[in-house]
Amino acid sequence: MSAAAPPLLEVDELVVRYPVHRGIAGTLARRPRRSVHAVEGVSLSLRRGEMLALVGESGCGKTTTAQAVLRLVDPVSGAIRFEGRDLAPLGARELRPLRRRIQVVYQDPYESLDPRLRVRAAVEEPLLIHRLGGSRAERAARVAEALRRVELSPPELFLDRYPHELSGGQRQRVAIAAALVLEPDVLVADEPVSMLDVSVRAGVLNVLDGLRENGLGILMITHDLSTAVRFAQRIAVMYLGRIVEEGPAAEVVRNPQHPYTKALLSVVPRRDPRDRQRPQILRGETPDAVAVPSGCRFHPRCPLAVARCSEEDPVLARPATAPEGHRAACLLLPQA
Amino acid sequence: MSAPLLQVEGLHVWFDLEGGGELHAVQGVDLSLAAGERLGLVGESGCGKTTTALAIMGLLPPSASVAGRILLDGEDILAGGEAAMRPHRWTDVAIVFQGAMNALNPVRRIGDQIVEALELHGRGSGAAARRKTAELLESVGIPAGRAERFPHELSGGMRQRAAIAMALSCDPKVLIADEPTTALDVMVQAQILELLDALCRDFGLALVLVTHDLPVVAQLCDLCAVMYAGEIVERGPLDLLYHSPGHPYTRMLFAASPDLAAIDEPVLSIPGAPPRLDRPIDGCPFAPRCDSVFAACSVRPPLEEIGEGHVAACHLNAAVPA
Repeated sequence: MSAAAPPLLEVDELVVRYPVHRGIAGTLARRPRRSVHAVEGVSLSLRRGEMLALVGESGCGKTTTAQAVLRLVDPVSGAIRFEGRDLAPLGARELRPLRRRIQVVYQDPYESLDPRLRVRAAVEEPLLIHRLGGSRAERAARVAEALRRVELSPPELFLDRYPHELSGGQRQRVAIAAALVLEPDVLVADEPVSMLDVSVRAGVLNVLDGLRENGLGILMITHDLSTAVRFAQRIAVMYLGRIVEEGPAAEVVRNPQHPYTKALLSVVPRRDPRDRQRPQILRGETPDAVAVPSGCRFHPRCPLAVARCSEEDPVLARPATAPEGHRAACLLLPQA
Repeated sequence: MSAPLLQVEGLHVWFDLEGGGELHAVQGVDLSLAAGERLGLVGESGCGKTTTALAIMGLLPPSASVAGRILLDGEDILAGGEAAMRPHRWTDVAIVFQGAMNALNPVRRIGDQIVEALELHGRGSGAAARRKTAELLESVGIPAGRAERFPHELSGGMRQRAAIAMALSCDPKVLIADEPTTALDVMVQAQILELLDALCRDFGLALVLVTHDLPVVAQLCDLCAVMYAGEIVERGPLDLLYHSPGHPYTRMLFAASPDLAAIDEPVLSIPGAPPRLDRPIDGCPFAPRCDSVFAACSVRPPLEEIGEGHVAACHLNAAVPA
């Protein structure tokens, strides 16, 4: 890869913590201030025309990472470089012109769209907020174009409808159109299809795939590995604020290295009733990010953990059993 | 063959719409379930699967009218109205809903809620009810000490377990689980599916799993009924539905479910949307979205036997091979 062009988006050693409220009693008793260690040193990069899937369970920090990229939360430390420029230290005023270039689509199109706005107004609103799009006629043309790009065509059929007159899949397409109308370079898609019927999910994902092919960089947050592997070029698996494995999507799924990735893959239900595998079910739930385990964060739930795992904190590195570009953070893996 | 425990015959449900008109949500559904059997009831939002489940529980809102028969051990519990339904609800048939938070009272400790259910149904009181509650919680994998917790103090998975414990409090023979894992992470989903599997195996519980997620059904059930636009379009052993589907909708639904065993295969999207149910449907309701539509589809196909215990409503099955 040429050293000249920086990645479209680069997150470097990102740390995000949320303070835990002590309450009045706690404050009076001078209990120590504690915080949720939501993201603890996450690094990732995204190129143009690439979809990176950030995969993990609730509470692993994947959504917080996305919110930091969108600068909706303030990182404690680390850099978020967009085309080489660090967004982390920027204030609201400096961020404003950059916000239109990093847009977001949320999980629930039933909540993200204003029920009182027709499709036309919902897709036009971002242009008005950002004072873009020129004259009324030019804005109308941009709105129609955005609807065409999400395959709601002809746009005339949808412009005057309200969200309740649309199916779930159509609503999510409208939400994507409202992000696209600003012509962003990066799209953060937070569980974009998990609220939708299975029958229409692939349609929405194919729309995202087409946008990606045309140069959009997409950071997709999901807990669904079977969708991630089909549509993303790379997968990063998160556990308790850290990336534990990362690599080309098909490679991570076919040749998983980290015990957590292996367990996650084993519990994805297969559609063939004859293909009933013995899932490797991890007991309990992701531990509290307030009290992070020592050493490897996964060791209390890891089926392979040895004494060393509670003492040493593993770093992401390429294991001997994986090709270039595939990294995992596990002490038990022989390093290349 | 053992007599069916639960039989649904020609079930219809209509909802009165505001401003007049009716929505024909369930249009002649037949189901049959023997003790210990596991049936997946599958379909898209609005296909009538949850309405069918609520009808079996007698929990439909007053705006609904119901016709047909629901037989429990041979007794029609629908014909006798609420008086006939009440002795069976929770004691013979119980239901677990999708959002366990909505099923549990947020301001009461989970243990107290289960004790209340036991007392209400005359299944013991006082210390005996407390003991039974601890056993129930234990059987769904909740340490008895957590009985003192409020619902918001439990994780999503634990809340779903508590809801299952409450549904099991009166030892039902049939458990209906309506999207029990939809809001949960895959690992927690696997834990809940493992629990349902164990409950069926250990207690001979019959299960109706209502979901839009075919792979979940494939891992847990033996039988499957696929619903579309208020009716069952295919029903039979799950293995046959996957390996030799008798309805294009079933085949397309499987193809729309991404699978880790087939990561190079394209994931299918079923274009269009289901028809509106507030007006009559001409011909096959799936025809506008079907990839195999032909002339005969302008007439609504009947549900016909295409193999042993396998029925489907598609003209392709009657077409004589050329």
